[in-house]
Amino acid sequence: MSVVSAAYEHEHLSDDPRHRAPLTTPGLTASQVDDIVARTPELPRAPAAWYAAFTVSAAVAAMFFALIGYLIVTGIGVWGNNHPVYWAFDITNFVFWIGIGHAGTLISAILFLFRQKWRTSINRFAEAMTIFAVICALIFPGIHMGRIWLAYWMAPYPNQMAMWPQFRSPLMWDVFAVSTYFTVSLLFWYLGLIPDLAVLRDRATGWWRKRLYGLFALGWRGSARQWHVYERAYLFLAALGTPLVLSVHSVVSTDFSVAQLPGWHTTIFPPYFVAGAIFSGFGMVVTLMVPARQFFGLKDLITVRHLDNMNKVILGTSCMVGYAYGLEFFTAWYSGNAYEQFVFINRATGPYAWAYWTMVLCNVVLPQLFWFRWARTTPWLMWLVAIGVNIGMWFERFVIIVTSLSRDYLPSSWQMFVPTWVDLGMLVGSFGLFFTCFLLFCRYLPMVAMAEVKQILPGAHGSEKH
Amino acid sequence: MVESNAKSETGRQPVPVGVLGQFDHPDALKRAAAALRDAGFRNWDVHSPYPIHGVERAMGMRPSRLPWLVLLAGLTGIGLALALQIWTNAIDYPINISGKPLFSIPAFVPITFELMVLLAAFAAFGGALVLNLLPQFGHPVFCSRRFVDSGRTGFFISIEAVDPKFDADQLPALLSSLGATHTEVLFDLPGRESYPGWLKIGLLSVCIVAAVPPLLVAAYRAAPKSEPRIHIIQDMDFQEKYKAQTVSPLFADGRSARPDVEGVVALGMAEEDEHLYRGFLDGKPAEAFPMPVTMPMMQTGRELFNVYCSPCHGRVGEGGVTGIISARAVKRQEGTWTMPLSLHADSVVDQPVGQLFETITAGRRTMPSYSAQISAADRWAIVAYIRALQRSRHATIDDVPEEIRSNLK
Ligand code: HEC
Repeated sequence: MSVVSAAYEHEHLSDDPRHRAPLTTPGLTASQVDDIVARTPELPRAPAAWYAAFTVSAAVAAMFFALIGYLIVTGIGVWGNNHPVYWAFDITNFVFWIGIGHAGTLISAILFLFRQKWRTSINRFAEAMTIFAVICALIFPGIHMGRIWLAYWMAPYPNQMAMWPQFRSPLMWDVFAVSTYFTVSLLFWYLGLIPDLAVLRDRATGWWRKRLYGLFALGWRGSARQWHVYERAYLFLAALGTPLVLSVHSVVSTDFSVAQLPGWHTTIFPPYFVAGAIFSGFGMVVTLMVPARQFFGLKDLITVRHLDNMNKVILGTSCMVGYAYGLEFFTAWYSGNAYEQFVFINRATGPYAWAYWTMVLCNVVLPQLFWFRWARTTPWLMWLVAIGVNIGMWFERFVIIVTSLSRDYLPSSWQMFVPTWVDLGMLVGSFGLFFTCFLLFCRYLPMVAMAEVKQILPGAHGSEKH
Repeated sequence: MVESNAKSETGRQPVPVGVLGQFDHPDALKRAAAALRDAGFRNWDVHSPYPIHGVERAMGMRPSRLPWLVLLAGLTGIGLALALQIWTNAIDYPINISGKPLFSIPAFVPITFELMVLLAAFAAFGGALVLNLLPQFGHPVFCSRRFVDSGRTGFFISIEAVDPKFDADQLPALLSSLGATHTEVLFDLPGRESYPGWLKIGLLSVCIVAAVPPLLVAAYRAAPKSEPRIHIIQDMDFQEKYKAQTVSPLFADGRSARPDVEGVVALGMAEEDEHLYRGFLDGKPAEAFPMPVTMPMMQTGRELFNVYCSPCHGRVGEGGVTGIISARAVKRQEGTWTMPLSLHADSVVDQPVGQLFETITAGRRTMPSYSAQISAADRWAIVAYIRALQRSRHATIDDVPEEIRSNLK
């Protein structure tokens, strides 16, 4: 479905400082943008491959919910968590998924504030990913409480027990940070969607489509007075989302760093977690983007240059994460604290050394390939590296949580953690839920922010420069 | 919403609701907008598939009030969060954590920040909808087939009929003279509402259906019931176990409590020596120790007294705040704390050793029993040490050995 041939690909990568590299395939018109993006939502029948992928993911998601039901009815004992490892796959998955979300907000909010126009082709996609990832993330702390029907105890409401939540606890901060993050991401995403839903409404032919897209487009008519307020609101949400995304993973990291456990009790956690979150999130964006742009014919909007840019972010954050790994060892040595030193030596050489070295290989060594341009611009290769990053970042959280807990101060209470089949099923199941949501998004919603892309086409604002 | 709708079945006549002009270039659009602004129109607008820079200026739009809304909401969030946290954690239910300050502002920062962001984001999003009057499903521009078909790529100017200077005959010509490539008058039925009927019915029925379950629950709760109410989540309220004195179909005698198996000696049953294990002789507290008091016994007694008793009674048994536990409780103003007695009080000094032994074994009023932690022989050792402590406070010169009495004088 490429409108203009791939011969332009070299131009996207040109580093000639005299020209700003084109943000989409050159020569694209506004109506072509609509055609490319609306093509998938307007297909009368989804392609067979979509059905196949959807069936598999939906089945895995169904298994996830079945396992959640089993857990609720039976109790937390169905997991491998036990003294002293009371946090294992549940919190690992939580931190993993919430981290994935961060790339979406970074692309949509931070790059927006920095006027990085290339973000327009990928922000919708990345924001959708954020929302689905945060949904997956929210499930885990929810179900790990055991008696989840008492989850409302986390809310501060006057009650007959005359008790209030403990607001000095990072776990309470977490409740507020993550739920705020989800709400704001959803509002931001929906606000961006409104003009594009109006496009789909106006193009729609079927009765249902017209009514449903029309309902969610809220009667948007693209008037200058509407755009004026809309742009302001968008800017504010971006400006609010930027510190928010930095706060969320910092707060998540305090769940650990405020505790006294060796390997957790350290001040570098907030920046280290935020860098890791962005790293893992970009890994996931690339993992999804490479097949999606191929499969849904979006190559003219999501060009190799976009992939190249994202891979540079991956490389940069990989180096930060690697630096943090090194610094942890230095701090442990410099602290002169025997427990702290033991924890890190134990991570690298102890019973979970295999997990530690998987993490180092995937997060620090593998992304170094991106120093080479051919690696940054070869889709299949970056896809493999990005999958490696996903694996590595999951292991990072596993290593931090499980190695520290399983070897704490008292050797008499040391115990290994072994996942049960329910642990593994839930990890896989959360991916099923994520991909189910994602496939529905690809099928029914505009994957690229059309209104924003049209804005950056040459001449969009008349003789005025944008 | 399109022309076909305008054909009235009830015989009502469509009336003009606005005029529309299409432009093919953003520059032409901006020029036309500036001219309309200068001509003094009020209810008019420019439509484009994306925000065009410079149009606000050409239209003479005033800055939006959204920033003030967002600021106000953000400040409300900060105030609300601080008030909530300080009221709950420092005033209404003060939780003392190792003496850290109750007004711990740094610990309240994260939630304050999050609530500020949350409310400000609601204001930004809600403000965008409210200030834009969204959702608004009907509008004169939607009466144009052309607008609906190419509204997402074309540039339009619309003037609504409510504008005081509106004139359906003159305006199309005016728009053409300003560079419009196409103009049309928009017709609609009078009095058609902007919310389509299907939407209203849909929303109403969703609301009605959603209200049914809570109403049923409320009705059930309010109604008087003779049986126990439904206990949806049982937690561990009902456990599959037998309590004392209940019936069990499992055993022939129908009792859940089982007699001892023959020949078994249960814990504590072999302790038959009343004097050694209870401190009693002939039903009265014993006046003498059941074993000879030796130096090693005294030393054990001192060691165990310091371990088990001194935290409350103090190292020399003075009671009051001399023990660290007691001192801490007083410092924290624990309302329920009972002061440990002084072991030198007459009421204690006068007690026979058997009664002291009984106090350690069974506890006394608020003091707990120590029989589970300390064996009988060791309890006697403690009693012997207490006697020594008491003696040290009530000694006379006769207690000092003859040969060293002269040293004291
Ligand atoms: C947890 C604090 C605590 C510890 C530990 C404790 N006591 Fe006491 N003790 C008390 C209190 C409080 C009282 C006064 C009880 C009352 O008046 O309700 C008391 C009273 C007594 C009395 C006087 C009882 C009477 O007849 O009035 C004796 C004797 C005594 N304790 C001995 C001991 C000995 C011996 C130990 C060590 C095995 C010990 N206590 C450990 C708190 C303690």
